[in-house]
Amino acid sequence: MSTERDPAPPGPGGPAPGGPAPAGARDAARQAAAAPGRGTARDTGAAGGTGAAGASAALPRRPRAGLRTRLRRDWQMLLLMVPGALCLLLFFYVPILGNVIAFQDYQPYLTIWEAPFVGLQNFTDLVDDDRFGLALRNTLVLAGLQLLLFFPLPILLALIVDSMMTPRLRRAFQSIVYLPHFLSWVLVIALFHQVLGGAGFINQMIVRFGGEAIGFMTNPDTFPLLVVLEVAWKDAGWGMIIFLAALAAIDPALYESAAADGAGRFRRIWHITLPGMRPVIVLLLILNLGSILTVGFEQFILQRDAVGADAAEVLDTYAYYTGVIGGSWSMGAAAGLAKGVVGTVLILAANKIAHLLGEDGIYRGRPS
Amino acid sequence: MSPRTSATSVHERLWGWAFGRSERAAWMERPSLPLTGMKILVIGLVSISIIVPMLIVVSTSFASEEQLREAGGYVLFPTDPTLEAYRTIFASPLVFRALGVSVFVTVVGTVLALAVTICMAYALSRPVIGGRFMLMAIIVTMFFSPGLIPMYLMIKQLHLLNTVWSLILPGLFAAFNFIVMRSFFMGIPRELLESARIDGASDISILVRIVLPLSKAVIAVIGLFYAVGFWNSFFTAMLYISDQTLWPIQLILRSYVIQGTSLTADSLGVSQAPPPQSIKMAVVVVALAPIVLVYPFLQKYFSKGVITGAIKG
Repeated sequence: MSTERDPAPPGPGGPAPGGPAPAGARDAARQAAAAPGRGTARDTGAAGGTGAAGASAALPRRPRAGLRTRLRRDWQMLLLMVPGALCLLLFFYVPILGNVIAFQDYQPYLTIWEAPFVGLQNFTDLVDDDRFGLALRNTLVLAGLQLLLFFPLPILLALIVDSMMTPRLRRAFQSIVYLPHFLSWVLVIALFHQVLGGAGFINQMIVRFGGEAIGFMTNPDTFPLLVVLEVAWKDAGWGMIIFLAALAAIDPALYESAAADGAGRFRRIWHITLPGMRPVIVLLLILNLGSILTVGFEQFILQRDAVGADAAEVLDTYAYYTGVIGGSWSMGAAAGLAKGVVGTVLILAANKIAHLLGEDGIYRGRPS
Repeated sequence: MSPRTSATSVHERLWGWAFGRSERAAWMERPSLPLTGMKILVIGLVSISIIVPMLIVVSTSFASEEQLREAGGYVLFPTDPTLEAYRTIFASPLVFRALGVSVFVTVVGTVLALAVTICMAYALSRPVIGGRFMLMAIIVTMFFSPGLIPMYLMIKQLHLLNTVWSLILPGLFAAFNFIVMRSFFMGIPRELLESARIDGASDISILVRIVLPLSKAVIAVIGLFYAVGFWNSFFTAMLYISDQTLWPIQLILRSYVIQGTSLTADSLGVSQAPPPQSIKMAVVVVALAPIVLVYPFLQKYFSKGVITGAIKG
């Protein structure tokens, strides 16, 4: 796994590292054109297995093979790419182009080629639509609340697990808290219904002891908290995984010397643990900011009936109900497109800020 | 016994007796009682909040009618367990068909998705012509989504609406799984591939004879990831499938447990039904069971760092 930390993804033929790699690494990679990377292995093989000996030693840069040679050399590999490329094309890139209907007055009986263009009409309609404003506000509130209340939970859990647990207990606890991540949202909501629902377990208890049933799952006012609770139940444990990995990477000698210098438990957390986790925390913050407009789709669709659209309408459900249910396909697509574009801009901006603050951000350590 | 002479305090020894000795370096403080207590409290509450709902659901699905009536809806431990609820739902064409759809989608989807992902990951694990372009094309998919209306229109255009394939085909390639797989393939020692090549093996036979046998662990874990995803897929089904006979189990779950459509003997297609509460719970258990059953296998690989290594990127 020597290349794991290498910021330059191996390119075709020779090293032509990825755009976002830092300039220094890029130059270094270019210098080491035919360094014992994976490239040489292939080239040697392609030359008809002539130079096994040469493959492991550093070779001088070799002139790039012609296009035809490379095609003949790589045709099987290209063949292997076909199914995946087809999937990407059919279910990602073509639908992306389908977003043109956001600028059209699309009707189901028309084809995309026939639908008349209306410019930004759909977007101005969105701005005028109160329900869109509501969906946007709900989305931002819910996302903000999740960032505030949910984001620290996995970090706290990771600190607890890392600080105390004996191996046996740690394994058992991890088995338990990772599990809900793999349950579908339908199942999670169904389980919440059984516990917190109007006729659920807790309300049965309350009624039995003479109280009055509480509508935990149907109260629009407390809905944002319920949402955070559900997310926490499902993913707080799973979110811990990445922080645990970061904690494990901190050099124990640091703790030891800090303790020798008289730092107590909490000072060690403050001065060693948290700084050690900072890159990961920043990374996840960026990812979270980037997806601030995506608060979870199924979760809201599933509970929209119970708490009402005023509380549970978010951008994604708005697009669904306006487009697929309401038949305003173009407006739904416009809402989706606006969301997608703003989300992408947000993630790029957050990443840029992280770079300015001297953090690694998303790409620079990535993708391997 | 004063703390000065003993290295361990009383609660620590109790702790060690219950959960095994903790690994504490010489320079660490002894755990303080209030702090440890708080940690235990947190861990205990978290564990209970996860285990108890599942326990309630499973127990209630096995509960008999009398016990349910006495308990008023939920039981923690069935005193007189019965399989009546399960017999009913498996006899009902509605649930049985939904299970069939879910199993089909999961099995076929996982196999196809593995094939597609393995091929792509292998092809891009080495520098090939067009590889960089392809890699960028894949990574873009992680930062943007086409949006659900264009996806819907695409599925409609391909005449996949109301077919099981609408649940399978869009899920065949996940960029994250691809990256995990690719970084594993890239870690395979180069010498192995080289020597096979010198022996005259083609790219595809290197994949089949050398790479795949070495990658069983990563294939298992990625396969499980795909399988869990297909089994759990709910929104795609809601979007693309209106024909009730093609509903997967997740839609049944939503309709009868969350929306509260009542499962009468009529809708189940059976002559007489046990209490609706235990039937509902049995449906929940049926959707839950496969995940819980494959979970230990999934978990086995967490510790190997297959996932974390990739998440760290």
